[in-house]
Amino acid sequence: MNIHEYQAKKLLAQYGVPVPRGGVAHSATGAIYQANELGGDKWIVKAQVHSGARGKAGGVKLCKSPKEISQFCDKFLGNNLVTNQTGPEGKMVSSIYVEEASDILKELYFSILLDRASQKVTLVVSTEGGMDIEQVAEEMPEKINKIRIDPSVGMQPFQARQLVFTLGLPNEAIGSASRAVMKCYRAFRDTDANLLEINPLVLTSGNKVLALDAKMSFDANALYRRPEIFEFHDKTQQDIREINAAEHDLNYIGLGGNIGCLINGAGLAMATMDMIQHAGGEPANFLDIGGGASAQRVATSIELVLSDDSVEAILVNIFAGINRCDWVAQGIVDLLNTRDVDVPLVVRLSGTNVEKGRKILKDSGKKVITAETLSDAAHTVVAEWKKSTQK
Amino acid sequence: MSIFINEKTPVLIQGLTGRMGSFHAQEMIDYGTNVVAGVTPGKGGTTHLGRPVFNTVKEAVASTSAEASIIFVPPAYAADGIMEAAEGGIKYCVSITDGIPTHDMIRVKRYLFARAKPENRMILTGPNCAGTISPGKAMLGIMPGHIYKQGNVGLIGRSGTLGYEAASQMKELGIGISTGVGIGGDPINGSSFVEILKHFEQDDETEAVLIIGEIGGPQEAEAAEYFQKHMTKPMAAYIAGLTAPPGRLMGHAGAIVSTSGESAAEKVEILQDAGILVSPTPSDMGATMAKLLKV
Repeated sequence: MNIHEYQAKKLLAQYGVPVPRGGVAHSATGAIYQANELGGDKWIVKAQVHSGARGKAGGVKLCKSPKEISQFCDKFLGNNLVTNQTGPEGKMVSSIYVEEASDILKELYFSILLDRASQKVTLVVSTEGGMDIEQVAEEMPEKINKIRIDPSVGMQPFQARQLVFTLGLPNEAIGSASRAVMKCYRAFRDTDANLLEINPLVLTSGNKVLALDAKMSFDANALYRRPEIFEFHDKTQQDIREINAAEHDLNYIGLGGNIGCLINGAGLAMATMDMIQHAGGEPANFLDIGGGASAQRVATSIELVLSDDSVEAILVNIFAGINRCDWVAQGIVDLLNTRDVDVPLVVRLSGTNVEKGRKILKDSGKKVITAETLSDAAHTVVAEWKKSTQK
Repeated sequence: MSIFINEKTPVLIQGLTGRMGSFHAQEMIDYGTNVVAGVTPGKGGTTHLGRPVFNTVKEAVASTSAEASIIFVPPAYAADGIMEAAEGGIKYCVSITDGIPTHDMIRVKRYLFARAKPENRMILTGPNCAGTISPGKAMLGIMPGHIYKQGNVGLIGRSGTLGYEAASQMKELGIGISTGVGIGGDPINGSSFVEILKHFEQDDETEAVLIIGEIGGPQEAEAAEYFQKHMTKPMAAYIAGLTAPPGRLMGHAGAIVSTSGESAAEKVEILQDAGILVSPTPSDMGATMAKLLKV
């Protein structure tokens, strides 16, 4: 689960990490109020969306008057901000963060992540702050330094110092920088985070470090024990269909093609999408209905796939282990009894109770096209889609 | 042989008396698995499905000499169950549970690593997997057993249902499996491809290996390197997720392209460069294996 920059900074500040003073607002009036509260004559005003690269997209501005702040808010609030990470639709801006401007001597990079190769929490720093870290890793790998944390004892202060010494900071800044690194680690450890990225972490003229930006994301599987983090959840940053799916405990991702998919298991779902593309179509979505799906759950899933207007054909691909093909078939028939589905519906059933499932579909007399194998299923749905849309 | 389990391996079921545990325990017993006991804290001394139930893994192992265990407990308690299995003397453990927090799995790995030398260390596969099956001998999982034919191909996969797809395609072509191992869809898992490949390389009954990978993480690239340096047996592979957009989590907690080298296209290239035969589509996994075995 991702959170906004202002939320991440609030969380980090609770752990004692130095962040610029700032306040969040949901209107131009609110933003000007926050600027007045902060004082001074220039402010950094930032559109809050779950994405990086906001600066390049114009979503971050140095404002020197309330009028400029007001103009910035009018431009962004209630509209979508498109960055190179959001996709073409962009993400809704419903809050603006107003911060005091900081004087910057040096920009650094700092992150904490779960490294899958070493299977340990890993801290990464670089002197090349403000840049895309993937680019730094590619072009100047020697400018990246890492430290891995022993999970049984956690991070030790000497490790924080070792990391900070690689950044070429003046001696006066070493203490405060090391403490900030330790505090970030504690924030990461105590919240079940899977990413904390501060880019840039800056050195100010007073030889202090300051988290100028902050991006955090958390393990969705651990939210049950982190209610304080779950409260940061912002539904406006998600596709409406994904929110609907999540309410039914379904795993859905909109993709933009025309062939709606309904599959059990994440790996088989990805493979089926690949197979559809191989057969000449484009998947409209990823949808994993999971194990032990009831007839009701199957019907709800098809409704969800159909709620996407671009869907012009549907493929149901089930390889039942924990699932039962008869339940899946019953779910399809139940749905077809309550509503018309005017796009081709191709169903491939395999595994547990497959014969019962096929019989239910056949006996229903409903217009369902069946397929035997994965390859059949993908080619059939693409052919039916082309036939019905004359493409 | 086969790896990890056979018809004699005494099996313990952690969470035997729960709804999931009961259902799948019966399926495993029906398949021929030597299920000897269950563990449910607070129900020690009772009997369930004709098997004794114990309060702790340690007691169960002492009374029944169980060697393998399978864990059906909710995500919040699964890491605890895995560590209890290791402490209780289990040698091979399968964790089915989907949704264990990643920070918990990091601690589990550290615990397993620190408490025993490699030769005595409990082998964990999963979590978030369908389990392990040695067809015709024993099943330690939730898969439909009848789709697996007994034979000589070692199968390793991150995805459960895609593993079923591979097994049934191979059966259709008359190709059987020595052991099928699900390593699970989580970012931190008990065993990687490489750890399972080491066992297949040493297994007399295994002649070739099929690995089923997907987007995200370094484990397929590590497998390619291991294959090149250490394997004498031929290997085929399939990688799911060619159409998956980067930066999106595709169902499995581990299926996300977050850095370079993690996309399906990049993994396919790495595997091919290592001399592994890659199935072009998910419906060609069986045919690719047939080509590799020249059957």
